[in-house]
Amino acid sequence: MTAATYRPPGTGSGSAWGRLPISTKQIIWAWAFLALPVIFFTVVRFYPTIEAFYISVTDWDLLNEAKFVGLDNYRRLFADPVFWQVFRNTFAYLIFGTPIAIVLSFAIAYYLDRVTVLHGTIRALYFLPYLTTAAAMAWVWRWFYQPVPIGVINSMLSTLGLPTQPFLRSIEQALPAIMATAIWAHLGFQIIIFMAGLRAIPTSYYEAARIDGLGEGAILRRITIPLLKPTTVFLVVFSSIGFLRIFDQVYNMTSNDPGGPLNSTKPLVLMIYQTAFSSYQMGYAAAQTVVLFTILFTISMAQLWILRSR
Amino acid sequence: MVDQPAQPARRHSNIRPGRIVAWTVLFLGGVVMMTPLLFMFSTSLKSAGQVYDLKLIPTDPSFANYIKVLSDGRFSRWFLNSVGIATIVTLSCLFFDSLVAYTLAKFRFPGRQVVFLAILSTLMIPTEMLVIPWYLMASKLGWVDTYWGIMFPGLITAFGVFLMKQFFETVPDDFLEAARIDGLNEFAIWWKVALPLVTPALSALAIFTFLGNWTAFFWPLIVTTDSALYTLPVGLSSFAVEQSIQWELIMTGASLATIPTLMIFLFFQRYIVRGVMLAGVKG
Repeated sequence: MTAATYRPPGTGSGSAWGRLPISTKQIIWAWAFLALPVIFFTVVRFYPTIEAFYISVTDWDLLNEAKFVGLDNYRRLFADPVFWQVFRNTFAYLIFGTPIAIVLSFAIAYYLDRVTVLHGTIRALYFLPYLTTAAAMAWVWRWFYQPVPIGVINSMLSTLGLPTQPFLRSIEQALPAIMATAIWAHLGFQIIIFMAGLRAIPTSYYEAARIDGLGEGAILRRITIPLLKPTTVFLVVFSSIGFLRIFDQVYNMTSNDPGGPLNSTKPLVLMIYQTAFSSYQMGYAAAQTVVLFTILFTISMAQLWILRSR
Repeated sequence: MVDQPAQPARRHSNIRPGRIVAWTVLFLGGVVMMTPLLFMFSTSLKSAGQVYDLKLIPTDPSFANYIKVLSDGRFSRWFLNSVGIATIVTLSCLFFDSLVAYTLAKFRFPGRQVVFLAILSTLMIPTEMLVIPWYLMASKLGWVDTYWGIMFPGLITAFGVFLMKQFFETVPDDFLEAARIDGLNEFAIWWKVALPLVTPALSALAIFTFLGNWTAFFWPLIVTTDSALYTLPVGLSSFAVEQSIQWELIMTGASLATIPTLMIFLFFQRYIVRGVMLAGVKG
C-alpha cells in the first residue's frame, strides 16, 4: 500500500482494486471498518433486547426448558404488593433526589462561577466525590450512619447533645439516608455541567440587561435560568435515569437484608437482581426489566419532546 | 467555548460582605463534601482500638492495615483485575468507537444513516434489561467466571460513537483529501491524520470509559462467582460483608478502590474537568 498513488477514477490499471471508482472504494472501506462493530451491536445489544422481551413471556428458570406463558409474568408482577412497594421506593428516590440535586448543584455552580479566590480548589472539593466507586463509598456512608459509639454522624449528634438517629435501621430514614449518598456522589458532575452551561451564555446578554437596569435577581430569572433550559433538562433527565437505576448503594448499604428494612429501600433494579440471580426466576425478572425499560424510555422521550417544543 | 477563561464582565472584584459570606458557605460546603473521603482515609491509618475516637488526624498513623489487607493476596488480585479490565475495555472503546464514529462522519455510503440511528437507539436500552440475555449467552458459551465475560458487553459503546462523531465532523475534509492524494490508505488517514486532531475528545472518552469500568458493579457482580475473578468493587463488597465490624479494614479496602481515581484526578485535573464538560455538553 505504501507505493500506491492517487489515480483519478477509471484511469487505473493493474489490480482490480486500482480500477474501482473512488466512490466504490469508499463504500468498501466504510463497510470494512463497520463490519465488526455492526456484528457486535447486533449480537450484544439488539438480539439481547429482543430476547429480553421474549424471556419476559416465558417461565424460564435456568434449569427447565422455557415455556411460553403469555402475559402471566406481568399479571403476577402487577398483583404483587412487593412490586408496588418497590415501584414507590424507586420513584421516591427520583422525586426527592432529582430536585434536591438540581437545586443544590445549580446554586453551587451559580456562586462558584463568580468565585476567583481558590476557584480550582473549591471546585475540586465538590468534584472529587464523583470520581469515587459507589460500592466503596456505600460502606463509608454505612459506617457514618451506625449508632453510637461507632457511627460518625451519631457520635457528632450526641457530642452536640442532639438526639441520635436510627438512619439505616428505620423504615422512614433508610431511603433518604441512601439517597443522600447518591446525591453526594453525583453533585460534582452536575455542578461542572451547570458551570459549562453558565459560561456558554454570551456576556453581551448580561451587559445589555445591566444597561437596561435589571438587578441580579431579575437577570437570574429572566436571562440565566431560561437560557440554561437545555442544560437543566439534560441534567434532570440524566439524574432521573440515575435514580431509577440506583443499585450499588442500596445493595452495599443493606447487605444484611438487601432492600431492607422491610423492603423500605428496595429499588426496581435490586428486585430484578434478586428475582433473576437469587431466585432464578428469569421470566419474571425479564418482565420487571421490561417495566424498567418502559419507564426510562418514557422519560427519554419526554426530554426530546420538551427540547423540541422550545 | 466550554473552556474559555472567566468572563471579566461577570467577575466583580470589589469585595462586598455578601461575597465573603457566599465564599465561606461554598468553601465550608466543599469541606463537608470531602468529610467521607477524609474519614475513610484517616480511619484506614488507624488501629482497631482507635477507630471510635473519631479524630480526623490519627494519633499513631500506620500503614499496617494496608499491609494486612494486601498481604492476603485477594485484594491485590482484585486490584490488578480491575486495572486490567478497565484498561483493555478503554483501549477497545477508544479504537472502535472512534473508528465507527469517523466512518459515520466522513464516509458517504448506502446505509450510513441507518447504521447511525441503529447505534444511537441502543442508548435507550438499559443495561439492566440486557443482563439476563447476556448471562444466558455467557453461560452457554462458557464465559461465566472469565475476564472476557466481564469485559465483552462494554467493548464498543454507543455513547463513545456519538461523542466522537461530533468531533470528527469538525475535521476539515481538505485535510483528509490531501492525505488521500499523498497516497495514504483510508485506515492510515484515520489513524495518522484524523485521530490526532480529536485528542481532547479521545481523552474525554478515555476518562469516562475508564472511570465507568473501574467503578462498575452490577454486571461484574452477576457474571463472577469465583472470587479470584472479582473486580475491586465486587471484591470489596464481599470483603466488607465478611469483616462486618472491622471498619478500619473496610475503610482500607475502600481507600484502595478510591485513591487511584483521585490520584489520576490530581495529575490531570484540567483534562478531566474539561473532558466532563465536553462529554456532558456534546453527549
